[in-house]
Amino acid sequence: MSGGTQLENANPMVFQRSGDRLLTANDEDEDVHDPIDHREIFDLIRSISDPEHPLSLEELNVVEQVRVKVNDAESMVGIEFTPTIPHCSMATLIGLSIKVKLLRSLPDRFKIDVHITPGTHASEEAVNKQLADKERVAAALENSSLLEVVNQCLTPNRGI
Amino acid sequence: MAADGTLMLSLVEEFVSGLQDSKAKEAATCVKDGQFTILQLVEALGLSLTSSQPHTRARGVQLLSEVLHDCYGGLTEREVEVLIAFYENRLKDHYVITPPVLQGLRALTKCTVLPPGSAVSMLRSLFQDVHAQSLMLAERACVYNMLINLMATREAELKGLGADFVFGFVQSMDGERDPRNLLLAFQIAKSIILRGYDLGKFTEELFEVTSCYFPIDFSPPPNDPHGITREDLIQMLRDVLTGTPRFAEFLLPLIIEKLDSDVQSAKLDSLQTLTAGVSQYEHKDLAEFLEGLWASLRREVFQTSSEKIESAGLAALTALTSCLSRSVLNSDSEDSLSTFLDLVLKDCKHHLCEPDLKLVWPSAKLLQAACSASNRASHIITDAVMPSLIEQYNSRAQCSHRRTLLEVVQRFIQSVKTCENEESVFLAFRPSLCTMVFSALAETNSSLQITATSVLTSLAQQTGLLLDSDIELAVDHLTRLLLTEEDDRVSLAVVECAGALAELHPAAFITKLIPRLKKEIFSEPMDQDDNRVASEKKSHHAVRQRCLSALAAVAIQPSVVQESTPVLLDVLSSAHTGGVVFSVEEVVLACHSLQRIAERVQDTEETGRCFHDVVIPRLLSLALQAALQGEGSPGRRSPLVEEVVLSAMVPVISTSCSRLQPTLAGQTASRAVSLFLDGDVSFLPDNSFPSNIQLLKKQQGDSWSQSQMVCLLMGCVCSLPRSVEVPRMDHLMTELEEMSCTCSHPLSYTSAAKCFAGLVNKRPQGDSLDSLIQRTMKRVCSELDSASSPVRTQAFTLMIWVAKALLLRYHPLFTTLTDKLFSLLDDADLGPAAADAFWLLMSDSADILNRSCHADVRIMYRQRFFSENSAKLVQGFNAAPKEKKPNYLKALSNIVNKLPKQVQVTELPALLSLLLEALSCPDQGVQLSTLSCLQPVLIDPPPALIQQLEALVSRLLALISSPAMSVRITSLRCIHAISRFPEHEVLPFRARVLRALARPLDDRKRLVRREAVQARAEWFLLGSPGGS
Repeated sequence: MSGGTQLENANPMVFQRSGDRLLTANDEDEDVHDPIDHREIFDLIRSISDPEHPLSLEELNVVEQVRVKVNDAESMVGIEFTPTIPHCSMATLIGLSIKVKLLRSLPDRFKIDVHITPGTHASEEAVNKQLADKERVAAALENSSLLEVVNQCLTPNRGI
Repeated sequence: MAADGTLMLSLVEEFVSGLQDSKAKEAATCVKDGQFTILQLVEALGLSLTSSQPHTRARGVQLLSEVLHDCYGGLTEREVEVLIAFYENRLKDHYVITPPVLQGLRALTKCTVLPPGSAVSMLRSLFQDVHAQSLMLAERACVYNMLINLMATREAELKGLGADFVFGFVQSMDGERDPRNLLLAFQIAKSIILRGYDLGKFTEELFEVTSCYFPIDFSPPPNDPHGITREDLIQMLRDVLTGTPRFAEFLLPLIIEKLDSDVQSAKLDSLQTLTAGVSQYEHKDLAEFLEGLWASLRREVFQTSSEKIESAGLAALTALTSCLSRSVLNSDSEDSLSTFLDLVLKDCKHHLCEPDLKLVWPSAKLLQAACSASNRASHIITDAVMPSLIEQYNSRAQCSHRRTLLEVVQRFIQSVKTCENEESVFLAFRPSLCTMVFSALAETNSSLQITATSVLTSLAQQTGLLLDSDIELAVDHLTRLLLTEEDDRVSLAVVECAGALAELHPAAFITKLIPRLKKEIFSEPMDQDDNRVASEKKSHHAVRQRCLSALAAVAIQPSVVQESTPVLLDVLSSAHTGGVVFSVEEVVLACHSLQRIAERVQDTEETGRCFHDVVIPRLLSLALQAALQGEGSPGRRSPLVEEVVLSAMVPVISTSCSRLQPTLAGQTASRAVSLFLDGDVSFLPDNSFPSNIQLLKKQQGDSWSQSQMVCLLMGCVCSLPRSVEVPRMDHLMTELEEMSCTCSHPLSYTSAAKCFAGLVNKRPQGDSLDSLIQRTMKRVCSELDSASSPVRTQAFTLMIWVAKALLLRYHPLFTTLTDKLFSLLDDADLGPAAADAFWLLMSDSADILNRSCHADVRIMYRQRFFSENSAKLVQGFNAAPKEKKPNYLKALSNIVNKLPKQVQVTELPALLSLLLEALSCPDQGVQLSTLSCLQPVLIDPPPALIQQLEALVSRLLALISSPAMSVRITSLRCIHAISRFPEHEVLPFRARVLRALARPLDDRKRLVRREAVQARAEWFLLGSPGGS
C-alpha cells in the first residue's frame, strides 16, 4: 500500500472491536468440558487482517458473530462474510483467508463452509463456488504468491 | 657518530632494497631517541630518493613517511617547511610514489609548527595533482584525514582559500563508496557547514555530492570488524543534510520524492530527516514546498501500514508547524502558519464529522500533531475544530459516535501544553466542554462514561480552566457513579478520576464526597428478612467496596488524609463491636485502603502523626480487644481475629513504619515492644484492658487469638529504617525464638519466625549475632534430628526464614543452614517442604525482608546462591534414591525459575540435561515449574538449547497430552516459542509438530485449544511464503 497508489475504498466504516472473551470459573475447571461455540469460532477469524487496510475483518464488519454458525456435536461450521463494497476485488482472498485460518485451527472432523452474505457482492455466486471447491482451494494454496498474501493476512500484528 | 652513520645507512638499505618493513620502526626509534636527526635520515636516503626506479623512490619516501608518522612532534618549523616542499613536489612524481607521499603529508598535517601558508599550499597541490577517487581505500582515507587534521588546527587559513576549498573537497569525495571513508567525508562536510566555511557557488555541488547517498541503504557484512552501523551513517549524513538552511531548497524536494518510495526504511529516514531539518529552517525556506510536504505527510498518515511511519509523520508535522510558528510576521508578507494550517484543516476537519469511518483517527492525529506545535497553532486549530466537534457531539445520538468524538476531544486537550501563567486555550469552550462531559457521565453507556472521566481528568489538569462550581458538579457526578454504577470498568475509571481531581482540588472532596461515602458505608442493608436479600446484599457490598477504594484514591493531599482515615478506622471498630455489620472481606478492604494511603501520601510531619499517633494505636487497640474476647467466646466472634484481617493490617503498619517520619516510627516501635513484652497498654486508645496481658507467652489451652498478634509486631519492628533502633532487642529475640519453636498455631509460629528473621537480617555484624545464630541453629537442628519431635515443622519454618535473612546479607553462617536444608531433601516427611523452601529463599517476600522494609539485601544474592549450590544439588540428585529424586528436581526448578534471565541463559547448558529429566518426571508440580522456567529462556535461546532440540521437542510434545490443564497450556506455549527459533533449526520439526498439534485443537478445555491454535498458526507460517 505504498506511494501514490489509491485504495479501492480509502475511507471505510470502522466498527468497534469486541473485548476479549471473559474468563469464567468453568473455563478453569478441569472437569468441565467446554464445547466449541460461536464466540470461539468468531475469535479465530475476527483478528484476520484485511488485505488492504491495517484493520481487522472485525473492525471492517466483514465478519460478525451473528453470521457464524457452529454445531460442535455434528462437526459443522458455517461462516458468512460481508465485503465492504459490492465490487470488492478482494472478496475471494478474504474468503480464502477465513477458510485457511479455520482449516489450520479446527479439528479435522469439522466440515467448513465459508460464503458471502447473500446479496452483498456483485459476483457472489462465483466466489462462493470457488470457496466451496476443495480442489480449487488446494490449488490456490499451491500458488506461492497467493499463499504469501494469505499468510500475511493471518500473521498477527502486521507492519514493521 | 660514524657508527651511527653506518647503522642508519644499513637501516635504509635493508628497508629500501631488503624490503624489511620492520626497519622503519627501528629508524623511527633512533630518531626519537636522538641518535640521528631527520636531516641525517634524508641525507642517508639520498640515493634512494633520486633513484631512476620509481619503486625504489617509493620505498625511500615510504621510509621517510613512516618515520615522520612516529616523530612528527619533534620537528622544527624549518624542517617542516622543507619537508612539505619536498612532498608537494613528489605529488607530481610517478603514481606508485603517491601513497607514501600522502602518508607523509598526513603526518605533517599533525605538526603543531606548520609554517603559515603551508596548509593552503599543501591543499592546493593536493587538489591539483591528486585525483582522490582513483586512489586505493587507505590513501583516500589519508586524504580525508589530512583535511580533518588541517580543519582542526588551521581553520582560518583554510577559510582563506574561499570556495576553492569546498570545491576541492567535493571533487575528492565525489564517488566515494566505502562506508568507512564515507563517515570521514561526512564528518568533513558537517564541519564545513557548521564551522561556516564559504560555500560560494558550490552549495548545490556539496549538497549533491552528499545527498546522493540518501536514504542510506547499507547493511554491514556479518562479523564486520569495523563496527560501522547503518545508524551511524544515517545520523552522520542527516547532520550534513540538515546542517544549513541553504540546503533547504534542495533537500525538501528530495524528501518529497523519497517519501514516494516503496521502501519503508526510506520513508522513515526521510520523515526523520525532515523533522531534524526544519528545526533550523525559517518559514521562507519552506514556503514553496509546503503543499508538497503536506500532501506527502497526509498520505503517509492516512494510508499507513506501520505505526513507526505514522508517528514519524506526525512528529514531522509538529516540527513543520513549530518552524512556521517561529516566523516573525511583517505587514506585507502573508501569515504562512495560518496558510499552512488552513491547508491541514481543509483536508482533515471534515473527516472529524464522520466518526464511524476509518479516516477520523488519522485526521484527528494530524490535527493534534499540528496543535501541539505551538501556542498560536493550538489556538488556530482548536478555534476551528472544537465548535464543530461540540456541535457534532450534541447532534449525534449513537453512543459509539459520541464516544469517538469525546475521545477526539480528549486527545486535543492532551495535545495542548499548559503554561503556568497563560490562560488555557480551551477557556472559551469551557462551558460547552463541561456540559458535554457531564452529559456523557449521565449516560448509561459504560464506555462513554469511562471516556468522559478521562476527559474530565484532562480538563482538570489544564491550569485555571475549571471553576470551583465545575469541580463541585464533577464531584456530584463522580459520587453518583460510585454509588450506583455496577460496571467494574466504570467504577475503576471513576475512582481513578476522583483521585486525579482530589489531588488538584481537595476542598470539594472533603466537604462533599467523603461525608457522602461515609454515610453510604455505614448504612445497613435493607430489612434482613426480605426475599431479595441475597442480591441486595451483594450490591450493597459492591457499593461499600467502591466507597472504600475511593476513600483511598482521593487521599493524596494531607488535608484529605485527615478526613478519610478516620472513616476507614470507624469501619474497623464498628466491625469489631458489631455496631454495623461488615463482612470480613469489607474489613480487609478497609485495611487495604489504609495501606494504599500510607503508600502514596506525602511524608510530612502531619501525615506521620496521623499514622503513628492515630492509625497504628487504633489498629493495635482494636486487634487486642478482639483477641481478648478470644476465638471461643459465645455468640459472634469479631472479624478482627481472622487471619486475613490481621494479615491485611500488617502492611498498613509496616508501610507507615518504613516510609513515614523515622523518629515517630521509632516511637511506635518502642511502644509496640513494650506492649508485647510487658503488656504496656498505656498508649492505646479506649483503654479498658486488663493488666496481665502477655502476648508472647504460651497461652492457656493453646488459645491462638492473642499469640497470632505477633504478626503486627513483625509489621512494626521489621520495617523500620536501619537508622532506627529497636529497644530491648535481646529479650525480644529470645521471646520470639521461644514462641516460634513451641507454639502450635501456624500463623503465630510463622509470624514469630519471620519477625525473628527480620531482626536478624538487620542486626549489626559481630560475635553477638554469630552466637545468637549458632544458639538458634543448635536448637533447630536438635528438633529436626529427632524424628518424633512434635515441633519439627516449627523448627523447619524458623530455619528457612533465618536462612533467608542470612542469605540476603551474605552472612558466612548461611552455608551451615544450606547444608542442613540440602540434607532435608532426603527427609521422609519434610522432603517436599524442603524442595518448596527453595522457592521461598529465592523469591521476594511481600511483607518482610525486602528493600521497601529497609532490609539488608545485597545485589545478585540469587546468582551467588545458585553458583555456590548448583553443584551440590546435581550431586545430591545423582546420589539420591529414585523416590527422592523429584524433590531435587523441584528444588532445582525453583532456583532456576527465579534467576535473572541472563544468568539462566549462561547457566543453562550445565543444567539442561537435568531440566530435560525434570520434564519427564511424573510429578506435575515439577513439570509445571520446569516448563515455566524454560519458557522465558526459549524466547532468546542459547546455542546449548538448540543442540538439544530433538530431546526438548519430544518431551514437550509428550506433555501436551498431560492430564493437568496447566501443564498442557504451558507446554503448548513452549512449543509456540520454539517456532521463533532460527528457521533452519526448527524447520525439520515442522511436519511432526503440526501433526502433534492437531490433537489439542480438539481438547476438552477451551483455554488449551486457544494455545494450540496460536502455536499451530505460528508453525504453519514457518518456512511458508509471507510467513516470517
